[in-house]
Amino acid sequence: MTDTAEDPKGSVTDSRPDGRGISFRKDPKRFLSAYAGQVGITGAFIALWLTFVFAAPDTFLKLDIYRAFAATIPMFGIVALPLTLVIVAGEIDLSFPSVMALGMVGFVLVWEATGNVGLAVLTALLIGAAAGLLNAFIVVKIGVPALVATIGTMFFFRGLATVLIGGRNITLAPTRDSILFRVFVGKFHGFPLQSFWLLLVAVAVWILLNRHKFGAAVYVIGDNIQTAELQGIKTGRVRMILFVLVGVAAAFAGILSSLFIVSFFPSVGEGQLLPALAAVFVGGTSVFGGKGTILGTVLGAFMIGTIQAGIVAVGLTGFYTELIYGAVIVVSVSIHAVVQRRFG
Amino acid sequence: MPSPEDQQRAPRLELRGVTKQFAGVKALSDVNFRLGRNEIVGLIGDNGAGKSTLIKIVCGYHEQTKGELLFDGVPVTNLTVEKARELGVAAVYQERALADLQTLWRNIFIGQEIVTRFGFLNVREMRRATQKLMLGSMGFTSTAVTPESVVKNFSGGEKQGIAITRALYFDAEILILDEPAVGLSISEIDKLLLFIQSIRDAGKSAILIDHNIFHVYEVADRVVVLDRGTIAGRFRPKHRSVIELTEIMREIAETGTSSVPDDPFEEGGKGEEVAS
Repeated sequence: MTDTAEDPKGSVTDSRPDGRGISFRKDPKRFLSAYAGQVGITGAFIALWLTFVFAAPDTFLKLDIYRAFAATIPMFGIVALPLTLVIVAGEIDLSFPSVMALGMVGFVLVWEATGNVGLAVLTALLIGAAAGLLNAFIVVKIGVPALVATIGTMFFFRGLATVLIGGRNITLAPTRDSILFRVFVGKFHGFPLQSFWLLLVAVAVWILLNRHKFGAAVYVIGDNIQTAELQGIKTGRVRMILFVLVGVAAAFAGILSSLFIVSFFPSVGEGQLLPALAAVFVGGTSVFGGKGTILGTVLGAFMIGTIQAGIVAVGLTGFYTELIYGAVIVVSVSIHAVVQRRFG
Repeated sequence: MPSPEDQQRAPRLELRGVTKQFAGVKALSDVNFRLGRNEIVGLIGDNGAGKSTLIKIVCGYHEQTKGELLFDGVPVTNLTVEKARELGVAAVYQERALADLQTLWRNIFIGQEIVTRFGFLNVREMRRATQKLMLGSMGFTSTAVTPESVVKNFSGGEKQGIAITRALYFDAEILILDEPAVGLSISEIDKLLLFIQSIRDAGKSAILIDHNIFHVYEVADRVVVLDRGTIAGRFRPKHRSVIELTEIMREIAETGTSSVPDDPFEEGGKGEEVAS
């Protein structure tokens, strides 16, 4: 802390020799410019929320709507978090909705055979990891662009899931008695527990991205992969792990969504692609890679959840949801591209 | 195995009779090259002269077809990128040195973060170290620059300065700068020269690759001219004017050799005072 005292030049700069970040209290202007993206998304989130509070105070000032959010947001939010890392690294994964189904097929088959929910969960997560590993192999080892590779595996995994389960819908009612059911989708003061899992995943992914070597590598890879390689980062390995993380998260999200409705449908995960992508992009993560925050994605997920509820509250039919998600993605990505070109 | 004293006297880096062949094409033929201790050598040559091939061999990207590589007088075989890095070789490329969207402190520590157990970052320590480097070797005293500054907004010369500082911070012994002056304005080149000077001040060695003699004339202790895969001449800017060197370069470009004899290489590299 006394570095500046010995260094005559120290007085020239007001940046902090104690190694702490920029403080808002000490230097609000610099704080705002350094964290412009996160300040912007937080502002947008508050503005959107206030709009709904004024438009529908009866709904948005009561806890019930937030209990509803706590049930719907984790379904896509839990995947959106590791997906943020994938996109920061300059890659993409569109196959995760199908991995949600494929993992659940493993869950159902093992559960039907053994009656053991724990084993079923483990199977689903392992299948998620294996699916992610296949994506990683195609992208990193074979060298197919992630967009094309994961469109292909999106259909492949969905098809495989449907074939393996023979198109059956299955009730999961007997799992209600298991501890895992209560831990995953039980209620706490009326709040479905999957929302706590979402927060837990958010904290874990935040630490991984911001406070671990791995996350540091993710940023550099998305920013300039040649720099990363020249500085000795094992870029292939990092990218492979990212796809595996999304696979595991997708399988987990599949378990939560199925247990929550106490049934398995082979279509589980369908309809989660757009909200998850929208959450990431609304949250300010750059399509070009190298930039993105977990706070952004969490707030983005809340905004998408709010819009979801808003569509229903305003009385629009479900037909409008895809239209609005599509518009939200295009607009947020465009704003980001313009901002990056103008001010970047 | 040479004794420690021999190692102290040996050139930092030596190439003996190095030849590199790519699918029948000779990129380098029988090259002898020495880089002394605390010496800055300008490696000059046209496109296709073999500069980058030579550098890639030293960095461990390519293996020579024939010939020997010696670091501190010790022959090294099967050099890999990792091994070259361990031996203190650090390459600085203008375009690929830094990650533009990341902060200064993250750039300093790319791939070599200060971590606690289990690979968690010690962010505070890295910011503190960056702050020290900024005030010290980087010479950023403006209040506008902090360890949290994103490097995108720095100029080309400053970016290379950051990369050079990073290499020195991590104890690089041999810095290789690939076309460091390309695309820089005159004032930027001046800044860059100061950073290159800091390599000498730190007691390290450097190879500056360039096709333009003017870029290296001021800072290089020695200029080695490469032409069509062979060394066409070795000169000391101290002994020759820039006009004279330009004439020599022109002659080499036309005939492939120089009629002017090489200036001598002094053991220890640095200068006459250590000449044996």
